[in-house]
This record gives sequence, C-alpha cells and structure tokens, in this order.
Amino acid sequence: MTKAREFGFDTVACASTGNLANSVAAHAAEGRLKSYIFIPADLEQGKVLATLVYNPTLVAVHGTYDEVNRLCSEIADKYRWAFVNVNFRPYYSEGSKSYGFEIVEQLGWRTPEHIIVPCAGGSLITKIWKAIKEFKALGLIDGPVTTRMHAAQAAGCGPIVTMIKNDTDVLVPVRPNTIAKSLAIGNPADGYYAYKTVKESGGFGAHAADEEIVEGMLVLARTEGIFTETAGGVTVAATRKLIETGVIQRTESIVICITGNGLKTPDALHGRLEAHVNIKPSLSAFDRALADLKSHAV
Amino acid sequence: MPVLVRIPTPLRSLTKGNAEIQAKGHTVEGLVEDLERQFPGLKERLMDESGELRRFVNIYVNEEDIRFLESKKTVLKDGDQVSIVPAIAGGR
Repeated sequence: MTKAREFGFDTVACASTGNLANSVAAHAAEGRLKSYIFIPADLEQGKVLATLVYNPTLVAVHGTYDEVNRLCSEIADKYRWAFVNVNFRPYYSEGSKSYGFEIVEQLGWRTPEHIIVPCAGGSLITKIWKAIKEFKALGLIDGPVTTRMHAAQAAGCGPIVTMIKNDTDVLVPVRPNTIAKSLAIGNPADGYYAYKTVKESGGFGAHAADEEIVEGMLVLARTEGIFTETAGGVTVAATRKLIETGVIQRTESIVICITGNGLKTPDALHGRLEAHVNIKPSLSAFDRALADLKSHAV
Repeated sequence: MPVLVRIPTPLRSLTKGNAEIQAKGHTVEGLVEDLERQFPGLKERLMDESGELRRFVNIYVNEEDIRFLESKKTVLKDGDQVSIVPAIAGGR
C-alpha cells in the first residue's frame, strides 16, 4: 500500500483465493485507497465477509482462481491500478520474507531442521527460504543452515508436490478439486521456483486428501490449541506423512506454517462437531447428564 | 484460419504497439510461425530453442489454457480468440 501511494496510484487490486483479499481490502481501507478484489465466486462465506467488511469493490468471478488470475493480468494491462500480485508483485513477494524472518527470530536466531509450507501459487516457500539465506548472509544466524524446505499441497490440487515427487521442473497444471480453497491454484506461477527451493534445500513434499485435511485441522486444535483453516490442515497432514515415511525424524526441529484462521472455513467441519451436553438450567439435569457422559465414556 | 490474438504489454514493442492482431494458423504452433512472419522476434519470446513454449508464457484459446487442450498442437478454427498471458512469478 505504501508503494502504491508512493507511485501515485489511487486504486489497488488483487486476485485472491481469500486471504490476500482480506488483507488488501483492510489495508486499502486504512490507507484510504480504492480497492478492487477479484475472487472465485465459490469462495467460503467467511472469507467473503472478512473482505466485504472493509467495503472494497468485490468482484466474484465465475471460474477457478487460475481464471481469475488470468483475467487480472489482462485487466492490469488495461487499467492503471496497483495490482498487488501482478504489477506490484515484487513488493508483495518480498513482503512474504517476513514469515521467514519471524521464524528465525522467534527461534532465538536459529533455523529449524525442517519447515513445512503450504503451497498455492508457490511464492511463500521460496521467500521463506530467501529470508533465511539473507539472515545467514547478514551474520544474524549462528552456525550452518541445515533447514530443509518441504511443500504441502492438497491431493486435489498439488501440481508442485507432483513435480517434486516426479523430480521434474516441468509443471503440469491441474483443475483444482479440494476443500482447501485457499490453496486451489492449479497453475501456480511460482511453481518452478517452489520446486527449485525444495530441491536446493534437500526437502520433499506431500499431498493431503480432503479427509486427511480435516483430520489435520482437528489434530492441531486438540494438541496445540490452534484452530486453523483448511490450508493449515493440509500442512499438518503433509507433515504427518513426511514423518511417517521417514523423510522427517520425530526428534528433529520442525516448523509448520499455519497460515489461516479456522473461522474462515467452518464449513469444512460442518457435521463433525456437536455440543456434548444439552440441558435445562438445573443442577439435577447436569448431574444426570454428567453421569450419562461418564457411562458412555467407559 | 484468421484468429484474434491478444498481445500482453511486454510484447507490444514487437507488434508496433498493437494489443490485438489478426493472425493465421492451423494450430497454435502454426499461429506462432505466422506471428513471427508478421512481427519478427515474437517467436523467441514465446518458444525456447527447442520449439517448446517458454515456462512463464501461458496461451489460452477461447479462455482455455492450451495445456488442457493439445498444447502447441491445439487446432484453431475461424473466429477463435487467442490470449498470450505472461505468468507473473518470481520477484528476486
């Protein structure tokens, strides 16, 4: 936003699977800039509301993110707007390095042995890696960097992980079919760079099926007290697979990137959770319910 | 097989500033040859030395990514619309 102002733009825009939409709309509101936000029309209601609340012009495009993205490239050609992930991409992508800087800082200026990153367009994993290399070059990290970067994607949209598994730098686009809509990019522009990052660091990748994604969300909530959206479920599920297949040892230090709040994708858990106790406001009712619960637990 | 080809800004220096041009070709591959005849230098921006589409060039025929069709062998017909869209990636 600062750069958009600096270059004299009065309108910012982005193509988004939801989370970038929230951020751009919010910061545009704060910066008193007009904003046009382009999203796939089938996005989760939570992400739509969390964008609309900032009063942007929200454009729901009947198509996949890849189609939204292509449209935005053509719009950016025609209108003089600051498209966060098109003509302003260098600033946007450099900003992603913050994630890597914070990992290193929060670990006490050390790097973990593994970082698992959810991949959509493929930019974040490359920028976390870049951030680590820059901190190392600046002398802010003690000792050698042995971090291996791993990619996490949904089975229903995993072209980057497929490249890694097939050991090829040629990306074959796919048509997304997954509950992890924030990762549903079938033709990731940074796929090649994401693949190179994983190879350079000695990492690997894993796909997570929809059921495994939900399981990942539940595991994270019930072990760490963190409620993540579906993308985080992908990361947890992929990490589990990398551990089970011996790519990652349980004793090694692992950072998993949980990149979205669970309240944005409540539908993924619909029908999976219910109140355990439903009673009238009386002590006897509670006593009976508790006894009932305990008898079921045995 | 005249088709309409949309040219992205970075390539318009080669098309005399034109954003849309008419070209001919039985397939996408043939279309690129015609583009090269009309605007020398365009082909090497789209294809690599071995004649494959460059990694960060996306070509769409009537809104469909040709990698979901027959790639550079995708057959064209009269009135088709072809978009050349560079992938915006990287940012080193």
